[in-house]
Amino acid sequence: MLMTVPFFLLVLVFAYVPIFGWVMAFQDYFPGKGMLSQSFVGFKHFERMFADDEFYRALRNTLVLSFLGLLVSPAPMALALLLNEVRRKWFRKTIQIITSFPNFISWIIVFSVFFAFFSVEDGVINKLFLELGIWKTPSNILADPSAAWVFQTLVGMWKGLGWGAIIYLAALAGIDQELYEAARVDGANRFREAWHISLPGMLPTFVVLFILGIGGMLSGGGFEQMFTFSNPMVVEKLDNLDTYVYRTGLQGIAFSYATAVGLAKSLVSILLLLGANAISKRINGSSVL
Amino acid sequence: MSSLSEKTFSVLNYVFLAILGILCFYPFYFIIVYSFSDPKAVLSSPGYLFPKGFTLVNYETIFTQNDVLRPFFISVARTVSGTALTLIGCAMFAYGLTKKDTPMRKFMYVVLVFTMYISAGLIPGYLLIKELHMLNTFWVYIIPGMINAFFLILIKTFFEQLPAELEEAALIEGAGYFRIFWSLVVPLSKPILATIAIFAAVGQWNNWMDNLLYNSSQSLLTLQFMLLKFLQTQSYSMKDAAMMAALGNEAFNITPQSIRMAITVIVIFPVLAVYPFLQRYFVKGIMIGAVKG
Repeated sequence: MLMTVPFFLLVLVFAYVPIFGWVMAFQDYFPGKGMLSQSFVGFKHFERMFADDEFYRALRNTLVLSFLGLLVSPAPMALALLLNEVRRKWFRKTIQIITSFPNFISWIIVFSVFFAFFSVEDGVINKLFLELGIWKTPSNILADPSAAWVFQTLVGMWKGLGWGAIIYLAALAGIDQELYEAARVDGANRFREAWHISLPGMLPTFVVLFILGIGGMLSGGGFEQMFTFSNPMVVEKLDNLDTYVYRTGLQGIAFSYATAVGLAKSLVSILLLLGANAISKRINGSSVL
Repeated sequence: MSSLSEKTFSVLNYVFLAILGILCFYPFYFIIVYSFSDPKAVLSSPGYLFPKGFTLVNYETIFTQNDVLRPFFISVARTVSGTALTLIGCAMFAYGLTKKDTPMRKFMYVVLVFTMYISAGLIPGYLLIKELHMLNTFWVYIIPGMINAFFLILIKTFFEQLPAELEEAALIEGAGYFRIFWSLVVPLSKPILATIAIFAAVGQWNNWMDNLLYNSSQSLLTLQFMLLKFLQTQSYSMKDAAMMAALGNEAFNITPQSIRMAITVIVIFPVLAVYPFLQRYFVKGIMIGAVKG
């Protein structure tokens, strides 16, 4: 049917045509010339990448942020367990609605909210604590490199925790109620029910998300969060691979070099994803992809 | 069977969840209160529960300045037109893909689904937009993201569950696919289309990456990105911030902080206003997505 053709072309143009741009990673791209009349330089840009200190810095930050992210990834599962224990439905619903709201605002708004509370001059926390005499000097956590990684992980949790719990609540709702009844007959209390029935019920979902998380390891921190929260004081801790590609490529106009870094990132990410999937397949026989 | 430890747990659980709820809710409440407070009165200590010296001066300042009004309208325009385009595009494409006489429909579907896993990356994407002469145009907000694989899968699944007899009857009566689509399929699919519309609209309203990457011209600035620029010009050093504040005090009757808060409220407001009512649609979206994906 004719109806599909224009939309299909749209998909091809915006999702597939740019893939040919990967050729640039092996060229010295010069704007204004056609893609094919550029000069080829082999692996020059990849060699430059491995010789660049800032690249290693970005890689380190990315991996640390990913690791912290994976470390707290069971948190939504824990929240789902706690919500599930609440007997009053209105309370559970209210908390669920409120805690998942931050997921629907942009990172700019998240930054604005944290700026309002934590900035050194106008931040409410500083004002309040100085006023009460709890702090003697204002704290500038948004510009504190030693706290940056942990702080950003907490910011990420604030935004994603409530929404993350909802998917686990769906898994909990799918558990056969007879299991709980059988457990109660056997004299299990709520803690044992949670441990032996609810938790295993959520585990397959967790495994899927964890594997996808490993595939996304090289995006640690994400572009938007790092970009909005970055400032000259903490950039050494928050510059991840995505912001590094943006800085060198679009701001530094090193198109070919940034494409090479992006390409390397994509390829390694796919390998990580396939690897994690293969391991999961071997261990519990389930494949995500 | 409820023992003492279970009761203790239950109480602690309620307290913990309540604290979590406050942590997620209060910051927004505080910002709203601040934005309605007298900018000078809150300099020393802000109102934590109620506005100090209730005033609309922050909003008056914002809405009388063209550099906020214009981004506001750009954001509204992209949200309305972008959502409409995505909805029409994904629904028509999905409908076409459900029809057996569409050539290569399986192939097209696979190609589409694959877009969820691959991305050419920042620079090739940028150069494509550049080659298409879409840099610094409004189009870049609404065209590249028009077809979304995730939305399309959800819509297609819904279409496939519609009773086939209705359509067959309409075909026998001589209606074309276009007529059937508009007057039969679309009205029957309101639930899924509403869900998608909400997702798309929130995505459009919140999107600022395309603004950062592709549109540097002032006339196409979105509200989100304007707020970011405003936040980033606030220096992190005490001295500069104090100077800005002093400047703000002298020139107007406002402070950068108050203006920041008010703009933040305006940017959140549309999402905040629809969210409590539409939360179930969001949840529905993720549930279908979880089952499918």
